[in-house]
Amino acid sequence: MSNDVTITAPEGLPFIDIEREFDYPVELVFRAHKDPELFKRWLGPRGYEMELEQFDFTTGGRYRYVHSVGGETYAFNGVFHVVRDNEFAIQTFEFEGYPDVVSVESIRFEPLEGDRSRLRVHAVYPTMEARDGMVASGQAKGVTEGYEQLDEVLAGL
Amino acid sequence: MMTTFADPAAEERLDRAFQALSDAVRRAIIARLSTGPATVNELAEPFAITTQAVSRHIHVLEEAGLVTRSREAQRRPVHLRPGALEELTSWIDRYRLIHEQRFRTLDTVLGELADAETGTHQNASKE
Repeated sequence: MSNDVTITAPEGLPFIDIEREFDYPVELVFRAHKDPELFKRWLGPRGYEMELEQFDFTTGGRYRYVHSVGGETYAFNGVFHVVRDNEFAIQTFEFEGYPDVVSVESIRFEPLEGDRSRLRVHAVYPTMEARDGMVASGQAKGVTEGYEQLDEVLAGL
Repeated sequence: MMTTFADPAAEERLDRAFQALSDAVRRAIIARLSTGPATVNELAEPFAITTQAVSRHIHVLEEAGLVTRSREAQRRPVHLRPGALEELTSWIDRYRLIHEQRFRTLDTVLGELADAETGTHQNASKE
């Protein structure tokens, strides 16, 4: 059974908190964030082409990636304000389809007992509309298995 | 409407609902019920499976809170629970699904890394 994701979107505050535990040491989780080849493998929604144009997960580094599916492309970019190995990072995030609306995300890599670890992401959006809009655009692109299953169900209605 | 899923009961309910919908027969049952209530026999008709198997599927959907069964004597028709699907289609659920999927893929990547490093992740050095 895989670990649960906890997502909290507080009422009236433009935040999103995401928490997830891993049955792997914090160093590996960090490496999977830092190494572009590894990052590329898990970042994108399944079935999407994922092009990592730029990716330097270090303090002052930046990233840009492009997802494409069925001729449509979606680009994202941001900078890494700070990266401390196996511990902490702050990055910005911008969906180019929604330009100039930038969220700031802090990522905590926490070691747990028994070579396990926890990831905690706190995202701050400029406004409530930005939070909900950004997430809504994320859902439009997110062709997850569950989403497809749900669509199948809804198509039958 | 904004929803918070720090609540473990809500988390669990969602997990069950999505698990229930991960099966093609159960999705077909839901689609059929969206046109009106039906008995187990009626639901079993389009499938090449026994009514017993269909009953088991209905039980899973019931546990997941997606359908209810009325107590109308022997017939006990199955109903789609109003609002059950809408709950699942709110933006945060979809957002959550995206993250579920990402993190599961990350688990796979981590598993491979751990294997490459030490043979098994239990032996991976701490610190």
